[in-house]
Amino acid sequence: MLREKYKTEIEEILSRYPVKRSALLPLLYLAQREAGYISEEAMQEIAGLLRLTPPQVYETATFYTMLNLKPVGKFHLQVCKSLMCALVGSDTLIGWLEKKLGIKSGETSKDGLFTLSKVECLGACGTGPMMQINDDYYERLTEEKVDRILADLKRDGTSALKTGPFMWPEPNGAKP
Amino acid sequence: MPKHEPVLLKNMLQPGYTGSLAEYERAGGYQALKKVVGKVAPADVTAMVIKSGLRGRGGAGFPTGVKWGFLPKDYQGPKYLCCNADESEPGTFKDRQLMERDPHQVLEGIALACYAIGSETAYIYIRGEFVLGSRILDKAVAEARAAGYLGRNILGRGINLDIWVHRGAGAYICGEETALLESLEGKRGLPRVKPPFPATSGLYGKPTVINNVETLANLPHIVNRGPEWFASIGSPPKSAGTRIFCVSGHVKRPGNYEVPMGVTCRELIFEHAGGMRGDKPLKAFIPGGASAPFLTPDHLDVKLDFESVAQAGSMLGSGGVTVMEEGTDMVWAALRLMEFFHHESCGKCSPCREGSSWLVQTLRRILAKRGRMEDLETLVQLCNNIAGRTVCAFGDAEVAPILSTLKYWRPEYEALIREAEAQRAHELPMAAARH
Ligand code: SF4
Ligand code: FES
Repeated sequence: MLREKYKTEIEEILSRYPVKRSALLPLLYLAQREAGYISEEAMQEIAGLLRLTPPQVYETATFYTMLNLKPVGKFHLQVCKSLMCALVGSDTLIGWLEKKLGIKSGETSKDGLFTLSKVECLGACGTGPMMQINDDYYERLTEEKVDRILADLKRDGTSALKTGPFMWPEPNGAKP
Repeated sequence: MPKHEPVLLKNMLQPGYTGSLAEYERAGGYQALKKVVGKVAPADVTAMVIKSGLRGRGGAGFPTGVKWGFLPKDYQGPKYLCCNADESEPGTFKDRQLMERDPHQVLEGIALACYAIGSETAYIYIRGEFVLGSRILDKAVAEARAAGYLGRNILGRGINLDIWVHRGAGAYICGEETALLESLEGKRGLPRVKPPFPATSGLYGKPTVINNVETLANLPHIVNRGPEWFASIGSPPKSAGTRIFCVSGHVKRPGNYEVPMGVTCRELIFEHAGGMRGDKPLKAFIPGGASAPFLTPDHLDVKLDFESVAQAGSMLGSGGVTVMEEGTDMVWAALRLMEFFHHESCGKCSPCREGSSWLVQTLRRILAKRGRMEDLETLVQLCNNIAGRTVCAFGDAEVAPILSTLKYWRPEYEALIREAEAQRAHELPMAAARH
């Protein structure tokens, strides 16, 4: 299926590497983009494309935390719980999210919209507490900001509060 | 406020700077590439970098030019450069800013390194979570290619270079050089046993250099302004240049500060980062990312350069400085870092895989007031049986939070355990026996 739908993209990916297997992560990402997670069939197809055995694909796919082997909600909220974020309040933030969404970390809301996960450092330690939602970072979170983000996501599927190109502290130093 | 001139962050500190090719060029970008490609011998570029004293900014601090020099001299086949953009060390967030705000500075650095080592293919291995960064880099690569700075026959001078952005998928260990290579080859990111070193047998078994983002970003400036200029900044000869320190934790103004190496911890924390949030006293800080042992207020006058921090019993590492105020529970802090290391252990070596789990369990027990005094001995023994007995340096890193907090704040561990003992003394004998 991927083969037909993404023919040119797959060819472009393969052209970057002298050895086919290197295209494995990019192709797994492609499968994840297509279905929200990586299914068994997708892994088999990718194995065929790269002339690998399915276990070779499986062993790589299971090593990395960003590859979902099971479906997740439409919005995957990943909150950093590592020390630097914890020092500035990530535990409280997780509690707030659990209350708001009515789920515990690791669960998906009944409507299938939100999955909440606790993750380790995302490289945004100076702007904690922070979370990643799908492809975007949200930083220096407060309860009020979180409420706005959740409402935005429900309504528009995205939120203007996401972070743009990163600069911290901002040059004027004025931002609180 | 800054008494020095920022180098790597200079462009992005200009109001309105977007990091586009046109703006980078206006700021003097790609002049270094024009200066050397096809005009200065690659070996002379390497010599220049050795002379500058530039050391790797990723964590290990190995001299950059010397590392390039380890590639076999007369090798005819393909060689590779990998830009290590897998920034995942808790406390570190500088490479992200360099890539998102001034991507061409990084690309020019990569191009210069490739020219020096004779590589026609470079991969930027970026941590999977940095989706925005990878998009910005992809766009910058396309711009640079269209302008003739990358691709076939660069600047019409017969040199080829392709740069590809390769996203990882969430594994801290892939920042380790050889794990990065394994991951880039489409496998699990398990570190390789060294030797052979990547310089002789790296990506696809070919000679390979792996350099950090910040390291590479320094190269255009060294070429433009000369090695003597670079060597005059900071505390040469061993710690030349500036460093981007990432300050996080309980300070007023967390963020990335580029300062000459050798400024004191006090200056960085109290001047640049604005001092303690809420003006509480400082209790502890980590000077170089999660792998670096904790230090105390007694170390505030330690200079932030490779030697001084090592002498103080810690390391400069990735430049991530995390500050903790009075009232921070140090056993809890050690546990938080330990949970990170346990989660990220790749599982290849038993001491690291099993030991990290035992360390987490023991710390959790102590923190839950169910510990015993013997646990402290057990912690030390576990640490001693992990450090130095593993395939990669992760083993040494994971014991740092425990050993250093035990060294400086042992009474906090003991107080928790004494509470546990007092509780047990009140329990019925049968209940106590079950513990
Ligand atoms: S020390 Fe830990 S992370 Fe490094 S190779 Fe061994 S198990 Fe993997
Ligand atoms: S500790 Fe939360 S992003 Fe690094």
